[in-house]
Amino acid sequence: MTQPLLKVEDLRIALAGDGVTHNAVENVSFEIGRGEAFGLVGESGCGKSISALAVMGLLKRPLSVASGRIVLDGREIQDASPAEWRNLRGSKIGMIFQEPMTALNPLSPVGRQIAEMFVLHEGAGWTEAMDRAEEALRQVHVPSPERRIKDFPHQLSGGMRQRVMIAIALACGPDLLIADEPTTALDVTVQAEIIDLMRELCAAKGTAILMISHDLGLVANMCRRVAVMYAGRIVESRPADAIFATPSHPYTQGLVDSLPRLGERSRRGRQKLREITGVVPAISSYPSGCRFNPRCPAATEVCREVAPGISPLPDDGLVRCHHHG
Amino acid sequence: MADTLLTLDDVAVHFTVGSSLRGGLKTLRAVDGVTLEVRPGECLGLVGESGCGKSTLALTIMGLVAPSHGRVVLDGDDLGKRSRLETARLVQMVFQDPYASLNPRQTVRRTLADPLRLQGVDKAEVDERVMDMLAKVGLRREHADRYPHEFSGGQRQRIGIARALILRPKLVICDEPVSALDVSIRAQIINLLLELKDEMGLSYIMISHDLGVVEHMSDRVAVMYLGRIVEQGGWQEIFENPRHPYTRALIAAIPDPFNRVGITAKAKAKGEIPSALNMPSGCPFHPRCPLKADRCVAERPMLEAVSPAHYAACHFRDRID
Repeated sequence: MTQPLLKVEDLRIALAGDGVTHNAVENVSFEIGRGEAFGLVGESGCGKSISALAVMGLLKRPLSVASGRIVLDGREIQDASPAEWRNLRGSKIGMIFQEPMTALNPLSPVGRQIAEMFVLHEGAGWTEAMDRAEEALRQVHVPSPERRIKDFPHQLSGGMRQRVMIAIALACGPDLLIADEPTTALDVTVQAEIIDLMRELCAAKGTAILMISHDLGLVANMCRRVAVMYAGRIVESRPADAIFATPSHPYTQGLVDSLPRLGERSRRGRQKLREITGVVPAISSYPSGCRFNPRCPAATEVCREVAPGISPLPDDGLVRCHHHG
Repeated sequence: MADTLLTLDDVAVHFTVGSSLRGGLKTLRAVDGVTLEVRPGECLGLVGESGCGKSTLALTIMGLVAPSHGRVVLDGDDLGKRSRLETARLVQMVFQDPYASLNPRQTVRRTLADPLRLQGVDKAEVDERVMDMLAKVGLRREHADRYPHEFSGGQRQRIGIARALILRPKLVICDEPVSALDVSIRAQIINLLLELKDEMGLSYIMISHDLGVVEHMSDRVAVMYLGRIVEQGGWQEIFENPRHPYTRALIAAIPDPFNRVGITAKAKAKGEIPSALNMPSGCPFHPRCPLKADRCVAERPMLEAVSPAHYAACHFRDRID
């Protein structure tokens, strides 16, 4: 195939503190092909969201991209100017966030907020833009869009607001949709609908997805490939089905084993859940060597001293562990 | 002693909302006609989405919200007859957010000792019981004099559990006890809750939207929708042979790459939960139901038996395969 749509190479994100600088994210590399859904999974503080913010050019002090390359559609964008970023966001990259209420402008009708995309990015007039906004609402299956375009965000339910966010994000036909925990604030049955909607629209328009979530099951269900992050590094990157069937990194294994899964009790009776001992380290006290070593059942001397490199797996996956396989 | 610890008999909680000047007063039926039992040593899973009334029901059982209708009988006596202190000895709660539910200005010792002191336990015993409880939830002695901010989320939830158990209650209501925790910490807390249940002979009401957790922990499960119980039964019946389309929709909505349960996209619910202020006619689930028929719009289905200990409120409860 040709070049990937998005290529992140050896990304390092620095967190400036009082006199010390920590690396919030380091050695993060991944690629997303055109129309491909890629998932980034990890717990709070692992660096998944700030990696996505870096791809959107939205990192704010004290965070900044310290090194590495972000290549979108063949063009390096990590050093783009604020004006270039504004142009990229919306037209090339669309975004959906976790809490649609805080991402939408509470003082502006939702139709206007969608129409704004056409005005700003495509130079459309407001009358035409409002017509297109109505059509965009119809595409995200908002009932009676002709009335809804006049509604303010607070008049809509959480699921409807997230649909409006999707309509805004996809308005100008971006190549890449970045979805940061898009359904975490929603109820489970609504979550299923929103996921189906994103999948359907992106497949129809050929939009690639970078999906960020703490929910491994959700991501594995939606994406073709999944990368698992722990304490600022990607520890495993695999095809989605393989990550559940044969997780290779001890952290991924722990995550897969530690969650009660539906149907498990019927098949095997109630087993004590396997625990991952300890807690996620704070960024100021990342352990040396492999960052998972204090919690890892397989840790040895080398894990405490040397940070593991990346090893390829036969199924096109990558793992960062001294003892894989 | 009776063989039930808690009995809810046709309990309803209604709130009056709105203003008589603007649009008039309305009745919000947060909980409506709920009949439930919890037996000693049992874990009852309570499942439903936001706004279904499960938290209001929890507060009613805690004695913090008075039912508008029906009776709550806890340990053989009407809840209304007991004082607040007496109720507190019987039923306690573990909250979702261990950051918000601990007083940041109190040491762990004080958080755990206060309930004992209020109950008139003497000083020497208070200290002993605090230390004993800390050990039970996997914290160390020296943790007693620390403040909540010095702990991680998982440890804070251990403190929350210790506070709930310090009075040796019979019933503990766990309201989403793991959903605010990091994924890698959840198994620790779930295992701890199950161990303590056996060790101390507790009964749980486990409120969660995470069906995996509910299936793992519960003996029986009740599914709530818009203030009513729509299906109730043993965990195996609910998860292997669900008879209400809403239960099936909840199960179908769980993203599981292996789909072990085998309930497919056909079962998914459409649209969103209506407001409890604007209750649909007939079956409250009909606007979202894949099985909707004319009868569902006109006539509200009652909770009826599918098998001896399995109830569903659906006109088509026998037709779902």
